[in-house]
Amino acid sequence: METIKLIYPVEGGDLIEAGEASSKMKLTLKKLGLPQDIIRKASICMYEGEINMVIHADGGQAEVEVDMNQITIRMIDSGPGIPDVEKAMQEGFSTAGPTARELGFGAGMGLPNMKRYSDDLTIDTTVGKGTTVTVIIKIPQ
Amino acid sequence: MSKHSVVLEYKRCRGCTSCIKCCPTEAIRVRSRKATILSNRCIDCGNCIRVCPHKAIKSVGDSLGKLQEFEYRVALPEPALYGQFHNLDSIDIVLNSLLKIGFDKVWEVARACELLSDFQRQRIAGGPAKLTPLISISCPTVLRLICLRFPKLLGHTARTILPMELAAILARREAAEETGLPPEKIGVFAIVPCSSKVTAAHSPEGLTRPVLDGAFAIRDIYLRLLSPMKQLEESEIKPMTSAGILGLNWAICGGESAARLGDRCVSVDGIENVIRMLEEIEDGRLPEADFLELSACTQGCVGGCFNVENPYAAKMRLKTLMHGLPVSRNRFLFQGAQRDIIFQDKQPQYLPALLLDEDREVAMSKHLRIQALESHLPGLQCGSCGAPSCHAFAEDVVMGRASEADCIFKMRERMRTMAGVSGADEYLPPPFRRQQGTVSSDR
Repeated sequence: METIKLIYPVEGGDLIEAGEASSKMKLTLKKLGLPQDIIRKASICMYEGEINMVIHADGGQAEVEVDMNQITIRMIDSGPGIPDVEKAMQEGFSTAGPTARELGFGAGMGLPNMKRYSDDLTIDTTVGKGTTVTVIIKIPQ
Repeated sequence: MSKHSVVLEYKRCRGCTSCIKCCPTEAIRVRSRKATILSNRCIDCGNCIRVCPHKAIKSVGDSLGKLQEFEYRVALPEPALYGQFHNLDSIDIVLNSLLKIGFDKVWEVARACELLSDFQRQRIAGGPAKLTPLISISCPTVLRLICLRFPKLLGHTARTILPMELAAILARREAAEETGLPPEKIGVFAIVPCSSKVTAAHSPEGLTRPVLDGAFAIRDIYLRLLSPMKQLEESEIKPMTSAGILGLNWAICGGESAARLGDRCVSVDGIENVIRMLEEIEDGRLPEADFLELSACTQGCVGGCFNVENPYAAKMRLKTLMHGLPVSRNRFLFQGAQRDIIFQDKQPQYLPALLLDEDREVAMSKHLRIQALESHLPGLQCGSCGAPSCHAFAEDVVMGRASEADCIFKMRERMRTMAGVSGADEYLPPPFRRQQGTVSSDR
């Protein structure tokens, strides 16, 4: 089965530009004719992932794989890692700094939202090395 | 006739590629030194008209000769018209002068704007909306953009018709009653600020049949109005205007929102900003907003490409004209089935013009071919191939709209392999040469 691979670099430190990768991905998914609500789920996950990488990890890379059955989004960064994954998954928990909070981010909804809008979420993290968050969104057949 | 009112003046176009890059839907390609428009992608935003250095891309309103086809003629001036004149003391001067240039009756679109606003306020008073935010469709370009690129948001768009359409329906009725003429002998024409509304007058997105007989460009009417306006005696000026501040305000982005009174509204102008906002709304990133007013043009309708005056000056003049006017003079008091007059009779439909293929599997393999081809293109977005970007070019090749050899870099590769020329550099313009050159600055 054919798999499409899309790669988007995410710039660190730029909260205003965050969301660009998700916009670009969205346009591609629309051109492929994927169901609208699937596109929306993927886009929300990607956006949250982008914001996370900008706030916590000084950017990184988003890798997207699309095949007939599912969309896999991998948000890969080499930031500080997540010391307590369980806590990070709680709604309302955030370690975002004051700058991000001033802009309205840091509500602690990033990872919980990614979980809510995906069919599977895995977090692979090492403190001091980096984090890879992988979400899978299944495409109904 | 093309569905769009954007046209190319063939002789003037030199194929310079300025327009292809500013098109928000990538609808223009240059072929054989002339710009061509992919009609199913054009949303009539007017960006190409504004940017063309040779004034080759134009937009045309209907010819004024069309007035002769009717026994009785009604003008529907959009409020943006009032902002075009220097030192205008009263809107009545404009309206009375319209009667001197071939119209028998005037029905202001600003009145229809107030009717729509009153209807919206009644809705708000009736309880919270099921689906928020509600997206205004008073800019036809925005509606076409949503049909093309944001179909998921079609459910959010207002089901009401355009102000000029409501004005046309009511004006034709009134004229038929007053004259006893059959409705088809009455010509109803809007005077509009942009090409998008000319297109909408002929092919409405929300109506099965057009309710207007045509639309004239503000700039065409402006020239004809100037001398009758100067010659008009004080005693000849009859009180005609029956719109208030809220109606006039619709010509300015934010006006429709303001007339909703106290709603959580977002007003966005400029097509690029509109696209960015729709992206956010699509992902549910603005949950607190109730209403979204989107104008493709800067500052709203006063920024349309048919206006004579620049948008900021026109806005200031409109604000001046509002002094002393009542807030609103029109109420939507229709009852029962009569209320349906305000609604669309057809749902705007998704336009799959960006789709690579109906079959998703085929679309995916096309995408893979596009990616493969794009990876061998220089990524300079030079436009020499006639497409706005290397990606758009790769898409064109796979979709059968272009051939790989149309890229001058692909061409150079071929020259190299065919003739064994190692330094094809000299055949290329400076930006594309491998060897570094320097630019000396001006003294």
